[in-house]
Amino acid sequence: MLEDLTAKFDRALKKITGQGRLTESNISDTLREIRRILLDADVNYKVSKKFIDDVKEKALGEEVLASITPGQLITKIIYDELTALMGGQRTELTLNASGLTILLMVGLQGSGKTTFSAKLAGYLNERKRKVLLTASDIYRPAAIEQLKLLGQQINTPVFSIDDCKDAVKIAKDSVDYAKANGLDTVIIDTAGRLHVDEELMNEVSRIKQTVNPTETLFVVDSMTGQDAVNSAKAFHDSIDFDGVVLTKLDGDSRGGCALSIKAVVEVPIKFVSMGEKLESIEIFHPDRLASRILGKGDIISLVEKAQTQFDESEAEDLEKKILSNKFDFEDFLKQIRMIKKMGSLKSLMGMIPGIGNAVKDAEIDDKELVRVEAIIQSMTPAERKNPKILNGNRRKRIARGSGNPIQNVNRLVKQFNDMQKMMKMFKGKGGKKMMKNFGRKKF
Amino acid sequence: MKLFKNVNFDKLKSGLNKTRDKLVNRITETLSGKAQIDDATLEEIEEILITSDLGYDTAIDIIEKTRVTLKSDKDRSDLNVLATIKKELELILESYAVEQTEFELVEKYNPFVILIVGVNGAGKTTTIGKLARNYKNAGLKVIIGSADTFRAAANEQLEIWANRAGVEIVQSVTGNDPSSVAFDTITLAKEKGADIVIIDTAGRLHTKNNLMNELSKIKRVIAKVVDYAPNETFLVVDGNTGQNALTQAKEFGKFTDITGLIVTKLDGTAKGGILFQICAEKNIPIRYIGVGEGIDDLQTFDPKNYVKALFE
Repeated sequence: MLEDLTAKFDRALKKITGQGRLTESNISDTLREIRRILLDADVNYKVSKKFIDDVKEKALGEEVLASITPGQLITKIIYDELTALMGGQRTELTLNASGLTILLMVGLQGSGKTTFSAKLAGYLNERKRKVLLTASDIYRPAAIEQLKLLGQQINTPVFSIDDCKDAVKIAKDSVDYAKANGLDTVIIDTAGRLHVDEELMNEVSRIKQTVNPTETLFVVDSMTGQDAVNSAKAFHDSIDFDGVVLTKLDGDSRGGCALSIKAVVEVPIKFVSMGEKLESIEIFHPDRLASRILGKGDIISLVEKAQTQFDESEAEDLEKKILSNKFDFEDFLKQIRMIKKMGSLKSLMGMIPGIGNAVKDAEIDDKELVRVEAIIQSMTPAERKNPKILNGNRRKRIARGSGNPIQNVNRLVKQFNDMQKMMKMFKGKGGKKMMKNFGRKKF
Repeated sequence: MKLFKNVNFDKLKSGLNKTRDKLVNRITETLSGKAQIDDATLEEIEEILITSDLGYDTAIDIIEKTRVTLKSDKDRSDLNVLATIKKELELILESYAVEQTEFELVEKYNPFVILIVGVNGAGKTTTIGKLARNYKNAGLKVIIGSADTFRAAANEQLEIWANRAGVEIVQSVTGNDPSSVAFDTITLAKEKGADIVIIDTAGRLHTKNNLMNELSKIKRVIAKVVDYAPNETFLVVDGNTGQNALTQAKEFGKFTDITGLIVTKLDGTAKGGILFQICAEKNIPIRYIGVGEGIDDLQTFDPKNYVKALFE
């Protein structure tokens, strides 16, 4: 996500790195470059202009300290401004501790409301909420069917009324249903609509008035162009939403609307949604996104993601094993499965600082993991516990059993031995080195 | 004879109302009442062009050409500036070669196979419904294949559109191999003597290599039934998309030859600007544009008409 923008920023900043001090003339080139980058990334015209003006004012006003380079200085200024522009601190979703929490999803056609509703339901399920999904998109063919199928995947009830042509009634009845059935959170998926379609805008206003949601979230495709701020503004004027959700942010480098929507409608971005897997939902962190754009990586996001997917006790167990050097193939297999749960390897790598750019074009094949899994599964429990007994004959059998050439088995065993050696260093300063190797190594 | 000839100027014009307000009318407003057009005014126009998604390069290009054409301040009357900008916009679209699928091709290649690709939420399924209706109206026998085996209820959605268009559909079950659905559809089309096969695919972001490879596979597999297939591969792009539309065209092109673009959702809001940028790149022809919600609102893209609808 946003690698392209990050790379361009890097290039623009390099131009002033190594310069003596910040002057009107030596930053003007950089600023022009940055303005162009922002516009190419679909950042709103006015927002980019104001951003550039603010950065310029701060940059010229600031004394250059002897200890830092002008490049570092302007990076910091841009980072601070970018963070401020995207909303400063992150803002949490409001969830009522007692009583019903009602969340209303609105947005244009194809922005990803239905998929996001299901993702949010899954996210809240994990946080011990009892969620009901409401299918009130009565216009798009099979929209209700889609939500029902997604609901099944995450074991969440979906409320709908067959052949009902009244979206307001469906929303209202779903709230009553939730109350009657002891559920505490209702997520209402609505039909996609254009902000110029008065009739449909009225409908969604009526839903809002009727159910009085705790929060209304505006779902927007992150690939949207300059018009994003207009539709956001129009929706805000008539529906007064409380938060923004940016979808398809894994799609590509552009995330320009993340920079401008907040600035134009003064509403925080609350979630980003990236990828087709239903667990690919993240809380939006303005500061992290800013640091990511400047090439500092997003290590905190990675850690948090790992935390939710990693079972705490298993992780502790693993740590003990690593420290006592008892890590075996059984644990390796567990680890691979956890990694698979977290999403694609490439998206994980992209979050590690310094690696993001390196893997941008690299082919990281998730199938390698499947192959490794197959090899380990073809080992006997004794072999998994004690890899030292893997002699030639055993390896041949494993190769046949897993449908791999013997070289693959040999390579895996060798890599496993290397890894064990590396883990011995884990307690010392080897940790960082291991990260690096992890990035380069192909299983 | 053209295969698909839905051009309704009034509908196009009303669909582009917002774009016209934003682009043409705002430029006119900016210029009106000014005796001489200075650089500050040109900068305002640059802003209008950029905020209409014409893109930085195209916008700067138009402004620079205007500046050069109208060298002296005397030339820069409001009418001159407007006319120059209009001309530049027209030039971008008019130099654009339009390709159309001819009836003869469908007679030659039977069945004629069309593959529909695009990112999530671009409007592929809806577009297929509209395409099918238009082809059917042209007297052709159409079969649709639902190879979006990924998204929940995609199959049901396409089925409803197939019913509306009154054409046959080969359905899929979630989790099926999309290639096999495509294969079955074309096989059935051959058996039944259908003229046109339209294959729907799952929405995929162009950054997902494995999904993009799946597209290449669909292509390989359908070529096993009829070696010339697909005859056309249309990339469906949401008219709301900004600069990313160009990237999409480029990236999809790496995995499958895109023979045309279909730009959807152009009605309602001010977003017709992206078309200028696509045209300026001159890589892939725009075939159809969606200017309304109705089943008849998918039109053949005619650059001359488009400019006319914008400026009239």
